[in-house]
Order: sequence, then C-alpha cells, then structure tokens
Amino acid sequence: METGLVLLLLIFPLVGFLINLSVGKKIGRSLPGIIATAAVTGSFIISLFYFIQILSTGEAIEVHLFEWVAFGEFSVNLAFVLDQLSLLWLLVVTGIGALIHIYSIGYMHDDENVDRFFSYLNLFIFFMIVLVTANNLLVMFIGWEGVGLCSYLLIGFWYKNQQFNDAAKKAFIMNRIGDLGFLTGVFTLAYLFKTVDFATLKLALSTTTTPETSALLGVAAFCLFIGAMGKSAQIPLYTWLPDAMAGPTPVSALIHAATMVTAGIFMITRLNFLFDLTPDIQYFIAIIGAVTALFAASIGIVQTDIKKVLAYSTVSQLGLMFLALGLGAYQIAVFHVITHAFFKACLFLGSGSVIHAMGGEQDMRKMGGLKGVMSITYITFLVSTLSISGIPPFAGFFSKDEIMLVAFQNSPILWVVAMLASLLTAFYMFRVLYLTFFKEFRGTAEQKKHLHESPFSMTIPLIVLGVLATVGGLISLPFGYSWLNNYLSPIFSGSGAAEAHGFSTEQMVFMGVSTLIALIGMSLAYYKYMTKSTVPEEDEKITGFAKVLYNKYYIDEIYNAIFIKPIYAMANFFKNVVESIITGVVFGFALIAKGLSAPAKALQNGSVGFYLSFFVVAFCLLIICLFLV
Amino acid sequence: MNIAIILIILLVGAILTYLSGNRWAPKVAMLFAIITAIFSIALLLEYHNTGTNFSVQWINSPSVMFSLKADGLSLIMVLLTSVLLPIILLTAVSHTVPYEKLLYSLILFMAFAMTGVFLSSDALLYYVFWELSLIPIYFIVVLWGNGSMSKRRRSALTFFIYTFAGSLFMLGAIIYLYTKTGSFQLEALYNANLSDTEQLWIFLAFFFAYAIKIPIFPFHTWQANVYQKAPLVGTLLLGALMSKMALYSALRWQLPIAPHAAHGMQTVVLTLSIIGVIYGSIVALKQDNLKRFFAYASLAHVGFIAAGIYALTLDGLQGAVLLMVAHGFGVVGLFFGSEVIYRRFNTPLISQMGGIKGQAPKFTIAFFLMIMASIAIPLSFNFVGEMTIMYGLYQVSIWYTVLIGTSMFLGAFFMLHMYQLVMLGEVRKKPFADLTVNEGLVFILLAAVLLFFGLYSKPIVDLVSPSLQEILMYVNR
Repeated sequence: METGLVLLLLIFPLVGFLINLSVGKKIGRSLPGIIATAAVTGSFIISLFYFIQILSTGEAIEVHLFEWVAFGEFSVNLAFVLDQLSLLWLLVVTGIGALIHIYSIGYMHDDENVDRFFSYLNLFIFFMIVLVTANNLLVMFIGWEGVGLCSYLLIGFWYKNQQFNDAAKKAFIMNRIGDLGFLTGVFTLAYLFKTVDFATLKLALSTTTTPETSALLGVAAFCLFIGAMGKSAQIPLYTWLPDAMAGPTPVSALIHAATMVTAGIFMITRLNFLFDLTPDIQYFIAIIGAVTALFAASIGIVQTDIKKVLAYSTVSQLGLMFLALGLGAYQIAVFHVITHAFFKACLFLGSGSVIHAMGGEQDMRKMGGLKGVMSITYITFLVSTLSISGIPPFAGFFSKDEIMLVAFQNSPILWVVAMLASLLTAFYMFRVLYLTFFKEFRGTAEQKKHLHESPFSMTIPLIVLGVLATVGGLISLPFGYSWLNNYLSPIFSGSGAAEAHGFSTEQMVFMGVSTLIALIGMSLAYYKYMTKSTVPEEDEKITGFAKVLYNKYYIDEIYNAIFIKPIYAMANFFKNVVESIITGVVFGFALIAKGLSAPAKALQNGSVGFYLSFFVVAFCLLIICLFLV
Repeated sequence: MNIAIILIILLVGAILTYLSGNRWAPKVAMLFAIITAIFSIALLLEYHNTGTNFSVQWINSPSVMFSLKADGLSLIMVLLTSVLLPIILLTAVSHTVPYEKLLYSLILFMAFAMTGVFLSSDALLYYVFWELSLIPIYFIVVLWGNGSMSKRRRSALTFFIYTFAGSLFMLGAIIYLYTKTGSFQLEALYNANLSDTEQLWIFLAFFFAYAIKIPIFPFHTWQANVYQKAPLVGTLLLGALMSKMALYSALRWQLPIAPHAAHGMQTVVLTLSIIGVIYGSIVALKQDNLKRFFAYASLAHVGFIAAGIYALTLDGLQGAVLLMVAHGFGVVGLFFGSEVIYRRFNTPLISQMGGIKGQAPKFTIAFFLMIMASIAIPLSFNFVGEMTIMYGLYQVSIWYTVLIGTSMFLGAFFMLHMYQLVMLGEVRKKPFADLTVNEGLVFILLAAVLLFFGLYSKPIVDLVSPSLQEILMYVNR
C-alpha cells in the first residue's frame, strides 16, 4: 500500500508522458494539456499528503524496488526515500510544476505540437521526482541526466530553427561535462565506502577519518561540485543557461529557473555530511558562488532581451545560493531556493505573458507602457521584482538577508561581493520593470493593436505565484523562530544546522543596510529610465565597458576559440592526416611482404624445365647432405 | 542437452537455406534463426553455474579435440548471437537482392562459425572457427556491398588479409603453447608454466589478432571502409557480432594464458583503448557518410569495452560483458536507422539529409532512442555497462576514469551534432515515409532489450559473474 502510493507519485507523470507521446496527436489540442496537468496535480496531492504526514510523524519513508546495478563488491537498488528534504523539494517541483502546466495550456494553445510539449514536460517532472526522491547517488544520477535530457528536448522544442537546436545541444553537452564530475565523485565515494546509499554514507562518514580517506573525500566533494556547476550553471559551466532561453517561456520558468537548475543545490544539501568534512572545497564553493553572483549580475544590467536578463539573474541568484552552501548554511540556501522559485517563476511567466501580448517580441527596447493594458501581469511582475530586489517584507528579502548575514559573519570580502551583486540585481530588475511597463509604447502600431491581457489560464498561475513571492518569507522569519530550520533539522548532521539566531539590534542595522542597498539600486534605475527616460541604445552604438558587458565578456567567443574550434581542427587533422598515415603504414607492411615475395615468385615462372632442373639440383644437394651427416 | 546442437542447427540451417532456393531462402533462414534462439534459451534454462562440456576426439596426432565448453560467459555470447540473428534477418526482409539463397546461407554459416568461436575449448578448434568466420563475411561484402565492384573488393580484400595476418600471429602462439604443454585444451593452456618473456610474446601475438578485429586504435583503418562498403547485414554481422568475437577471445584466451604480461602491458593496452574512444569520437565529427560516421562511433564504443577488459578488475570485466551485449543491440539500431534513411533519401550523405523529424514522428522516436542508448543515458543498457567499466577503471586509476569519461560529452557532442543535421531543421522537399511495420518491429525489439536490461541487468550479471571470477583468478595468480 505504502509502496504503491509512493510509486504513484512517479507513475502519474510517466503515464501522462506516455499518453501524450503515443496518442497526443489524435485527441485534439486541449486534451494533452489537461491530461498533463492532471498528472502533475496528482503527484502534488500525494506529495502534500506525505508532507502533512511527516509534519506529525517526522519519520522518513523508504521504498526499495529491486536491484538495479550490481558491482563486484556491492549492489545498488532502485530505491526512493521521502524525507523532509525530498518532500520540500517535491512540493516545489510538483506545485510550481502544476501551475506552469496550467499556464502552458494557454501559452502553447496555438502550437501544432502541443501534445509533444506536454509529454516532454511530464517526463521532466518524472525525472525531477526521481532526482529528489532518490535514496542513493546513482538513482539520483538517473534523474540528474534525465532532467538534462528533457531540458535538451524542450530547449530545442521548435526544432526547425537550427539556432535553437544549437542552444539545446550546448546545454546538453555542458551538462554532461558536469555529469562526468558527478560520476567521478560517486565512484570515489563508492571506492571508499562500498556503498552509494545516502544513509549508509552518512553513517560511514561520521565514523571513519584517516588522512588518506579525507584526501579522497576532498576529491569526491570537488568532483560532485563540478556536477553541480554544470547543472546549476556556475562559472565556468554557466554559458548554456542564457542560451537555453530559446525554449518556450514556460520551460524557462519551470526548468531553467525554479526546479532543474536548483538540482546542484539539492545534491550538495543532500550530501551536507560530506561537504562539512571538506572545508577547503566548501570555501571554494563559496568563492565560485559569490563570483558567479556578481559576474552574471553585471552582464544582466545591459541586456535588452527580457528573457536574457532573467536568465543572467537566475545564474546570479544561484550563485548566492552556492555562497550560502559554501558557508555551511544549507538551510538558508534551501530557503532561497524556495523563495527564488516563487519570484523567478512569476517573473518568467510574467515575461511570457508580455511576449505573448507582443506577438513574440522579446526586445525591451520595443516595449513600454504595458502597465495600462496588462494590469495583472504588471502587478505580479512588480511584486516579484520587489521580492527579488530584497525589499521588505517580500519573500526574497528574508532569504537574501540571511545569506548576507551569514556571509558577513564568515568573510567580509564575500559579503561585499554579494552586496554588489544585490545592488546590481535591484538595478537591472527595476530597469526591466520600467522599460517594459512604464512610459510610452515603443513597438509598432500593429503590435499596439494586438496588446491584451493574457487569458485566465495564464493569469491565475501568475497571481498564485505573486502571492507566494510576497508571503513566502514567512516560512523562515529572522525573529527568533524559523519553521524551516526546525523542519529541516533531521537532515543535517548537528553542526550544519545553525540555530535560529536571536533578534538583536545588530541584526536590525544589518537588515537596514541590505534594504538601503536595494533601494539605491532601485533609485539608480528610476533615475536613468524614468527621470531621464533613457532607452538602451542600438547594438552597434554600445561602446566601452558596456560593450564588453553587452557581449557577455566574450566568454562564448573565448570558449569557441579554445574548445570548439580546436576539436573540429583535430577532427579534420585526424580524418585527413592521421588516418592516411596509419593506412600508409599498413600498406607499407603489405608492400614489404610483396617485395620479399618477389624472389620466391621468380622461382615459380611456369617453366616445367626450370622446375625439373631445380628439383634435380635440390635432390642432389639433399643426398650429399645426408651422406655428409 | 548437448551444446553441440546449436552448431548443428546453424550448419544444417545454412545448407537447407541454400537448397531451398531464392524464394524460400529468407523464410527458411528466419525459421532456423528462431529455432537457434529457442534452443540457446533452453540451454540457458538448463544451465546451473557449473558449465557444460562436450568433447570428442577430432584429430589424433597432434591431439585436437572437438571440445566445446559452455560456461556463463560463452552462453551470454551464444545468446547474443542467436537472439540478434533473427533481428538482423528481419532488417533484410522486404528488401530483395540477387542470389538470396547464397546470402542467407552465408549469414547462417557466419553465425555458425562465430558460435563455434564462443563455444570452443580447444585452441585449434577455436582457431579454425575463428578463421572460418572470415570467409562468409568476405563474400557478403564483395557480392552484395555498396559502391563499385572494384572498390568493395579492394576494401574486403584489405580487411581479409589484414585480419588474417593478425590471426597468424595468434596461430603461432597457439602452436608454441602446444609445444610447451602438448595439448590444445583450454585448461592445459591456462596452466602452462610460462616465463614472463614467453607470456609477453604470447600476449602480444594474441593482442595483434584481437586489436585488428575489435578494432583498437591504431589497428582500425580497415573498419570504416568495410562498414561503409558492406551491405547492411554485413555491417551488422561485423559491428554487432564479429567485434565481440575478438573481445570475448581476449577474456577467454589472452588474459588467463598470459596473466603477468596482461598486468605488465596494462598501461599500454589501456592507453590504446582509451585513445580509440577519444579518437573515434572526434574523427566522427567530420564524417559525411552516415555509415562511416557510425563506424567511427563504433570504434569509440568497442574501445570502451576493451578498456573494461584490460582494467583487469571484476567490475571492468563485468561492465565489458554488459556493454558487449548492449553495444551488440545498439549498433544494430544505429546502422538500421541509417539504412532506413538510405532507403528513402537514396543517399548516405549527412549533408543531404535534414528535416526528417517533421515528416516521420515514429522514426524520430526510434532513432532518438537508439542515439540516447548509444550515448549511455541512464536507464539504458549501455549506461549500466559504461558506468560499471568506469568504476572498474577507477580501481586502477582515477585518471583512466576521467579520460575515458570524456566520451560522456564527446560522445554526446558527435551524436547530437549528427542528429541535428540529419533529423532536425526545416523539412526538405523530398518525402520521407514513416516506418513500415517490419522496420518498426526491429526498433521495438531493440528498444525493449536496451530498456529492460537498463533497468534490470541482474540476470546477466548473475550468469557471467562466476565465469569472470574464474578468469580473474587466473589473471591474478
């Protein structure tokens, strides 16, 4: 019974996927969306059920199916666990997933391949559930690569456009570089402890620490973090995420903002007992996180494509989460994952609503003044912008403030970097808001005629997410009691679970500073885009450092020059030169053999007389030899 | 049940297929292929870890026995051959060619020879089967291949002489072993008392034969030409089964007979195998002929298997066997995909394809599944194999794992690159009919196998693990 119900969690989206894949074309345009939404909602309800159950019992539920992979010294089961951490993530994945499915019914209604879209979306949910409920690292890897596969399929959803296909391919390959790291990390742990189960690993790690193992633990943690870099788009493996915006906007909201890209944070949180033992790697994670946060935010301030801004913002926010992880504040990272899922999903869906109204236009220079026509989209976008910028009392303020506090307590330099990132965040987000919704409309007259608020299927998810982006901070308040810390405490190995800190004047000042920084960013944007009514310049007119920023520090070009081009050059070299050389050597041996055979061939000249005389001579020689012996 | 029966069915099948005439040949061949598959499954059900032997004296002096031995490892290879055989025949259905009776007879004869290789436990008998398998494939390439007659004869002849030359070294090694032990029996050869120098030479002689046939870099140059020139069935026999013959032989003969040399030469052979993986992945990027493209992809994959074998760890060997089976099925899917496209577009060139996805949704799903399996996405059989090998290599050195692991993204790179060019983009004007029932059946069978064992590989592991442990015992003595 228990097993059956837990499995149903997985089976719902899988069945939805199969139905839409096999008969989706035959059941009309509306039904695929309804089936897919029902499937995810089913999973959400089950998640909710177990969530409520664990609130009262506090006990994790484990489900073992069968032996999946057998190594010489141990085997790996297809096994799942529902504990505090996985249930929390399940609620986010299936909850926001369901909302985005509803949204997609409206957004994708006119697409001829709507059935395929929903089947991929359900498959994604399936793999995401596998990822978060996995009981061991290899089952997690199924989900880990599975979501990458769905991401590939959905980025390249409009497969007739080869640029989109390039973006999809890039995402998949970059993720796989990370995946190699992930697997190597898993092998290191398996090699040390002959298990990949989380529970057993945790137990093993709490007892054994020889110098040799701790060196290998560092290797494991480092490799796993490389996996997280790929999946969660951190320097240097982040360039796929902005390109991934080629996919339909609901995909950007679900996969490339709210759920899949947080998998790296989930994995590190899951393995907190490992990372706690490797302080060097933790420090490295914190640095990468902080640098990524600032770096991506700086690119975000000059982008003109509304989705690109949001994409860099996602990279930047993920960086903040890694900063928290690196400082050992796992629950704060989780907190920010949740609030970020609310406000970023809302922002993406809002931008989707705008793009929908603009007839596919994504360039903010051609928008403006949409506030009047799209009031629901505007209000929800405003709320989420306030939330991400860290203005109290919106949800983002609380989670971001905690990250800042923990950074400040551990390393003032990292705190300054993170603060700068926050300043830029407030600036570029209000820039988006002003350019899109305020002032005069800058598009064509044709577009202006078509401007409209989106249908209910799209605005209702916006409203729900807007509300969550406003009140989501309630799950972890700074005033002495944090529900989230309390709830997650069984996951962490003692030291990691920071006690909810008391409320002090010092903290009050700190919160004031954070808010002030956000307000400065906001005012700068107001000054530039409202008071001075600036509209970003044409691409070719951008000069100086802004040009470097606009071109994303030319990182794509650099990667192209040092990785992609050499690989193609090597392919050419191998094909045209190396293959010929090897073939030449092989034929060389053949020629030598032929040359050696020439004297022998001369003997067989076809003349019977020659053969006879040769025979007689040889026979005589043989006789003589025999006599001599 | 006597294990010789499998060989007898295949041989009788080959003869009867020829006698049945062009019209009936495909059906008779299919019948015998299915009977073989049924009997090998029956053999499996009867099998209980101990291994079954069958032995009669063949030649008295020197003492050559017609002795067969089926342990778990042989059985899995026999199963692979006999289950793939009907599928390979199915790919040829509804595609008539001249002299069908000869073609189908040769296919069964080839299966006969390869099964003989998998079952022999007498070195000379093994060698006879090994060389016997070369004859049918030579004629299949020459008589039914692609391109001009002179060109394919040249490719086939190069292949024939090249692999034959390699095998002669092996024959030399076998004769030398006979002079040492006075027997061709497997057990006797395992227990031959060889000095390290002798082991080294024997290891190298075997390696030469196997490296050409697998193929391992830099002994691979015949491969792309022959795979391209061969008709589909020929490519499938070569790629899915013949390469496995050599990989199997490394496990069965090379490692246990020359264990010290295997350890001594490990760095060299592992490096060559891994170079093959990376080299194949990169050189594939620039191939415009789809069959050549898959030939290089195959070079990468068999290199992966070879690395698993030469890891000399239980996980390496187990992964190698799993990947052998997975690759056998997977490579059939890939080459069959290229054939399906060829039948419709009438071109093997990638640059002239594109936009198929918009026209043939079923084929798109089938082909995509095959590609995902070949890049070892989790839940595919290939993943279980590759991952087990990577863990096996980790126990030798983490660097081997990382180096061979580059194929995770290099493989994805060249495969998705090809997929994008062939399947995606704007729809071309040329019509592309979706899969027929027969074609669909091939893909469904393959996908079912790849997914089932991707989820549940335990039966195979349980079957081969005792044999591999025995081999490892000899390797590590």
